Amino acid sequence: MSLQSQDILRRSASPTQPPIAREHKVEVAKLIDVTTCIGCKACQVACSEWNDLRDEVGENVGVYDNPADLTAQSWTVMRYSEVEENGKLEWLIRKDGCMHCAEPGCLKACPSPGAIIQYANGIVDFQSEHCIGCGYCISGCPFNVPRINAKDNKAYKCTLCSDRVTVGQEPACVKTCPTGAIRFGSKDDMKAYAADRVEELKTRGYAQAGLYDPEGVGGTHVMYVLHHADRPQLYHGLPEKPAISPVVRLWKGFLKPLATVGLAASVLFGFFHYIGVGPNRADETDHEEDKA
Amino acid sequence: MSRERLIRRYGAAERINHWIVAVCFVLLALSGLALFYPAFFWLTGVFGTPQLARIVHPFVGVVMFLGFFRQFFRYWHHNFITRDDIRWMTSVKTVLLGGEVGDTGKYNGGQKGMFWLMTGCMLVLVISGIVIWRPYFAPAFPIPVIRVALLLHAWTALILIAGIIVHVYAALWVKGTMRAMIEGVVSEAWARKHHPRWYREKMQEAGHTEGGAPARQGKP
Repeated sequence: MSLQSQDILRRSASPTQPPIAREHKVEVAKLIDVTTCIGCKACQVACSEWNDLRDEVGENVGVYDNPADLTAQSWTVMRYSEVEENGKLEWLIRKDGCMHCAEPGCLKACPSPGAIIQYANGIVDFQSEHCIGCGYCISGCPFNVPRINAKDNKAYKCTLCSDRVTVGQEPACVKTCPTGAIRFGSKDDMKAYAADRVEELKTRGYAQAGLYDPEGVGGTHVMYVLHHADRPQLYHGLPEKPAISPVVRLWKGFLKPLATVGLAASVLFGFFHYIGVGPNRADETDHEEDKA
Repeated sequence: MSRERLIRRYGAAERINHWIVAVCFVLLALSGLALFYPAFFWLTGVFGTPQLARIVHPFVGVVMFLGFFRQFFRYWHHNFITRDDIRWMTSVKTVLLGGEVGDTGKYNGGQKGMFWLMTGCMLVLVISGIVIWRPYFAPAFPIPVIRVALLLHAWTALILIAGIIVHVYAALWVKGTMRAMIEGVVSEAWARKHHPRWYREKMQEAGHTEGGAPARQGKP
């Protein structure tokens, strides 16, 4: 299934360098301008259409969010939050999905070689045929994005339409967005565009407007323009300072060399103890002689 | 050889119980290390394929836990740690040079310590294992709880593996010990040297006094 790829930055559970002959590739980014999103869900539909996903038709749970959460068949969902700011009601709508972190927690946690790939252009992609269904990626993700499909026990999430991007097209959600709230291009271009948007928002009374490109995960390849960049939690709990959990770092980092040294030391100690001290024998004849 | 006198240490049920737990442990340790160390991922092959290893590992874990649980109730009353055992533990240097410390009963301080270490590890492993068990139980727990369980599971498993290395080495080092868990018997000399108090208890049980020739106990 996986295409021959020579632009791999990181490969899950792989201690050696994956093919990186095309590391000159430009880092891409999707910019979601929350301030111009109208919540039409065209991106949700385009995502399902392009990626050929068929989520079950759910039930209306009394709010606009539908489906109510990300699933293995719904890789992006609109999150609607009603908040009161500056004495008026604000309806904050955020397109949720994979953030394509520069330091992906899912990839760090994944135990299966090659099940998660980070390309040189920044896209983090799941290679489902290598997925073993352990769900470690779910624990690694600071944004609670991956979902396991009950039918095949494999994890799924947004691919940033890696197939489209590979052939020079924008992701399906970007292509379809009717207000231009979702843009796609090089990360530098998207940051420059975002800076203009932020400037404009500031002149319109949103003094705290800003770009969401969190440093804790090395920056992301999906970024938001927020009116309230100082309080991202307003947008359906978007984390203020996302980072790979220290528990996951401890598990996947420090514990490994410690365990290697510990296990190797106990085996080597046993071996050299046996060679040095020799076996511990209870000699029957010795005792017989003592008694005699 | 015909003069070798033997004492029964473990019955057939105990031995079978022990080896069920031991085989489970080996399978679990190999497949667990495979998921912990990327370079050992190929060890998932003990269960056929990586996916199968993920599926089967927890079920084998339950078998191991049940087996260990049975063993716990066989042996816990032999494993109360006494002052003598503390002395044994603090004289580990003498022990490692082949000396004996104290009037040891059925188990010495090291064995008792290992018993409680294994018990603690098994409890943490089964609880954390259930928390991270997909697809059945993990979805019921919040992600931060699963993260802690994953760390504890790996951490505890590594402690247990190190403990079992010591356990196996001790059995290989002290000659005549493997026989206890394979054939169920130990030589009198073995018992007298390593577990003198237990030896005397056995002799008394058999109705012999010091110096008398004890009957061969247990099946050959």
